[in-house]
This record gives sequence, C-alpha cells and structure tokens, in this order.
Amino acid sequence: MDTSLGQTHAAAIAWFFLFVAATLGITFWAARRTRSTEHFYAAGRSVTGLQNGLALAGDYMSAASFLGIAGLVALSGFDGLIYSIGFLVGWPVVTFLIAEPLRNLGRFTFADVVAARLRPVPVRLAAAFGTLAVVTFYLIAQMVGAGNLIKLLFGIPYEWAIVIVGLVMTAYVLFGGMLATTWVQIVKAVLLIGGAFALAGLVLWEVGGGPLSLFARAAAEHGDQVLGPGQLVADPLDALSLGLALMLGTAGLPHILMRFYTVPDARTARTSVAWATGFIGVFYLLTFVLGFGAMVIVGPEAIRAVDKGGNMAAPLLAEAVGGTGFLGFIAAVAFATILAVVAGLTLSGAAALSHDVWVNVVRGGEAPEREQFLVARVATVLGSLSAVALGIVFKGENVAYMVGLAFAIAASANFPALVLSIFWRPFSTRGAQASMLVGTLSSLLLIFLSPTIQVAVLGHASAPFPLKNPGLVTIPLAFLVGIVVSLLTPEPDAATRFDAMQRRLHLGPEAGEE
Amino acid sequence: MPAQSDDDRHRALEALAAAQWRLALRLTLTMLALYAGFTLLVAWAKPLLATPLVPGLSLGILLGGLLIVAAWVLIWIYVRWANDHYDRTVASLRER
Repeated sequence: MDTSLGQTHAAAIAWFFLFVAATLGITFWAARRTRSTEHFYAAGRSVTGLQNGLALAGDYMSAASFLGIAGLVALSGFDGLIYSIGFLVGWPVVTFLIAEPLRNLGRFTFADVVAARLRPVPVRLAAAFGTLAVVTFYLIAQMVGAGNLIKLLFGIPYEWAIVIVGLVMTAYVLFGGMLATTWVQIVKAVLLIGGAFALAGLVLWEVGGGPLSLFARAAAEHGDQVLGPGQLVADPLDALSLGLALMLGTAGLPHILMRFYTVPDARTARTSVAWATGFIGVFYLLTFVLGFGAMVIVGPEAIRAVDKGGNMAAPLLAEAVGGTGFLGFIAAVAFATILAVVAGLTLSGAAALSHDVWVNVVRGGEAPEREQFLVARVATVLGSLSAVALGIVFKGENVAYMVGLAFAIAASANFPALVLSIFWRPFSTRGAQASMLVGTLSSLLLIFLSPTIQVAVLGHASAPFPLKNPGLVTIPLAFLVGIVVSLLTPEPDAATRFDAMQRRLHLGPEAGEE
Repeated sequence: MPAQSDDDRHRALEALAAAQWRLALRLTLTMLALYAGFTLLVAWAKPLLATPLVPGLSLGILLGGLLIVAAWVLIWIYVRWANDHYDRTVASLRER
C-alpha cells in the first residue's frame, strides 16, 4: 500500500502548529495566574472533578499505549487486550486506597504523605530517590519513543524531534506550571479520545457493521487464532509479575499522584478518578477496535513493512479510511500526546527535586516563598535539559523495557510506603526509608539480572533471574522490609501522630490540630 | 459534657475509618483476584479462551471486556458508598 507517512506534508504540519499555538496560548493565560508554588505545583487547587478526570487520563494515555497497543492488536489480535487490561486495573486501587488520603494529607508530592508523621529528612530523601528513578526511566522511554515516532510520522530528524519536544514542553511547565500542564492534558485527552472515536467510526462505516462483524472478518481473513491468546503470555508467573507491577505501579506513579493535589477536596479527588477510569476504559476498548480495523483494512504485512513493531498501525489506518488530511490529524494527536505526557513527568520530577530535596531537606522546611518558586523553576529547566540529553544519549537503544521498569519501581518503592504510612500505625521512619530504598534498588538489580536486559538487550543466552518483570518479588519484599524494620525500630512519636493524621485523613486538612 | 462528646466523636471516627478500610480492602482484593484469574487463564487455558461464542466473539474477548466493566462497577460501588454514607458521617463529625 502506498503511504505518505514519513513525508513532511501540509495537513500534519498544520494540525501540529494549531495544537502548539493553542496550548502555548493556554500557557500564556496560565502564566498570568501562576504566582506562587501553590499554583505552580497544584494549579491553585481549582481543578474540577471532570477536568481532573480528563487530565489524569491525558497523563496516563501515552503515545505508546495508543500506537503500541493498536499495533499489537493489528499484528497479533487478542494479546493487545492483555496490556490494555493491565493498564486499566490499577485505577480502582488508586480510587480505593490512594486518591482521598493523598488529597487530605499532602501538599505537592506523595512524599508529603509518607513524611506526614515520620521524620522528614530521611523519608523525603528516599522518596525523592524513588520518584526520580521512576521519572527518569519513564522519560527515557517517552523521549526515545517520541524521537522515533516523529521521525516516522513527519520525517523530521530524530535529534530535531527531541529538541522540539523539549522546548515546547519546557514552555508549558516553566511558565504555566500545573495549570497549563493540566489544560494541555485536557486538550490532548479530548483530541485523543475524539480522534479514536472518529477513526473507529470510519472503520465500522467501511466494514459496514459493528465491532463483532469486524472481529469476525478479521478471524475469517487472518485465522481464528487472532481472537484467542497468542504467544505474548507464555509463563504464568511472568504474567502475574508484570500484571502486579502494572496494577500497583499505577498507584505509585508520581505524575499521577500529584494530580490529586489540584482539586479542592477529597470528594472531588474521588469523582475525578472515577471519570478517569471511565475515559481510559473507553479509550482502550476503542484501541482494540482500531487494531482489528488495521488488521482487516491495512493488513499485517503492510504495517510491518513500515515499522516492525507495528507502531504505525493506527496512522496507516487513518490514512486508509480518512485520507491524508485525517492521517495528519492523527499524527498531530500522537505528537501532542507525547508532549503532554513528557510535561507531566517533568513537573513531577521538578517537584521532587525542589519541594522534597531543596525545601524540605536542604532548607529544613523553612524557605521563603520567593526562593521556593525560583528553585521550582530552576529544577524544571534542569529536568527538561536532562530529558533532552537522555533522549539523545539513548537514541537507537532498545528502551521498551523501561516502561515496565518504571512501573516496577513505582509499585515497589512508592506504593508499599504510601499504603503503610496511611493505614498502618507502627510504620516508622527507618521502616519507610528501608522499604523505599529496597523497593527501588531490588527492582533495578533484578531487572538487570532478568531476561529483559540479559537476553533482549545484552544478547546472552540465559539470565540469572527468571522473571521478565521483578514485581512479583520486589513488591512483597518492599512490604516485608517496611514491616520488619518498623517492628525492629519502634517510633512512639510517629504512632502517636497517627491519630492526628487519621483525623486529617477523614475530616480534611484543617482538622489535624486539636 | 464535652469530655463525653469528644470521646464519642473519637469512637465514631474510628468506626468510620474502620468501615472505610474494610470496604477499600475488599474491593481492592476483588479487583486483584479477578485480574489474577484472567491472567492465569490467559497463561494456562488458551484454548478455552479462544472458544468462539458467536461469530467474532471469543470467550477471552468477552471476559476481557467484562474485566474493564468490572473495574467500573467496583469504582461505582465505592463512589456511591463514599458520596452517600461516608461524606454524610464526615460532615456530621465536623459539625459536632
């Protein structure tokens, strides 16, 4: 099939400039309202439930999940659904255990909650270490993906693509802070879900039936096996380990957790996760339809010919059913998606550096507002520069495992400490510190020893550690270490402060001082 | 008597916290069990999941779709309980 993918054509450029112009306009508007750290990190706590639901969905639905899952479905059918489900089932956990406590107990970062009744310095250092590890690996995966995608979509050289992403994203975060980042996420989420709906509609129009007749046609043309599980999940322990990391990692991603501070109260935080789960679920169901649409209309061979991993399935499908103009729109939406996710990650990394490390560790929690605001912006610039540098350094490397690694660290370093600090009275400073450090380091070590690195990246025949994702070992280990170390180092002060913390958790932030 | 009412309030808050924790834990474990069950079926019972139910719909696709719906339903149960019962109790505790 002839395609104009990879050529710089007018429709894509026009849509892209429209998006960048609109979001920079939003940034200009937001910059005039961003006058303090409360605005910079938390959008002045003015975001509504529906808005935050869209922004959470925007932060979470990366180009990798849009293009990658559609591609996986287009090439192997059912297996793509396994990933979609893994990425969705973490959201109920966020709703039940994390969203409301976070809103009522913290200010800007999840470390605020873990440090609430413990000694702040050791806890914040360990939390910042875990946060920066998650953000770095997630950023590398996004930046390298961005460079490759933009090259494929627009024909722009890799380094230029990275620099453009870096510059636009820095403008959002540096000038517009959380308010601009939130609205960029909202615009992107609406475009992405709207684009997916439009594309799915065109596909079903072309096929002349509902999703089931599309699936039936795929089975008739490409074999019945496309409707059942294939080779993606072979070993049950491997599957459980990845599943656990995806599920609990969602509840430990710093840029997602930070969103709960942008709403006015716990009830809105609760409503916003419900909205987000609705949007994300609908989006993944649409992606499934798009994947099968690409299988039937474009064909697996034509998709593989453009990109072996299948990432171009959705754009090729857009061109086939909607022409070059629609391809341009979908390509611009994919670019917008990358920009938005990278902006959210950079803001959460900057918050860990400036709020946790500088203000609360270096300055002992007492820094003038002007200084805090300045440090936040310096950290943003540092974060953006590192993102661009990492994107260029890792050019051409196999970074697919880094998303799984980011989720494994988030699930092992952040989630256990967060849950124990909120719900378990005897949790102590040493316990928190040990749990977060062991969670981060064991994830890094076991990933390095796993087939993911040893076989897939280094090309060795076998690996010392059998599981591709370490979650099944590292998550229970982090819980265990947190519990055992807390029992060995009792901290009566922390246990006493637990009651005041419970009052704040349930009655709201103002109820603590009694 | 203020001491009495403080004590009552403390106990009411503890009861509310315990109820919230029980529900949250139950719903989390339900989600975890459903998801782990699905994952193990995908790994161990591939032919079963490939069983066609009607043209275009295999058991696996149906269960996968239902799992997404299950996530929505569990969240709906929690949000309904919290918006209704939990928020009302919190409001009455704040007023006292």
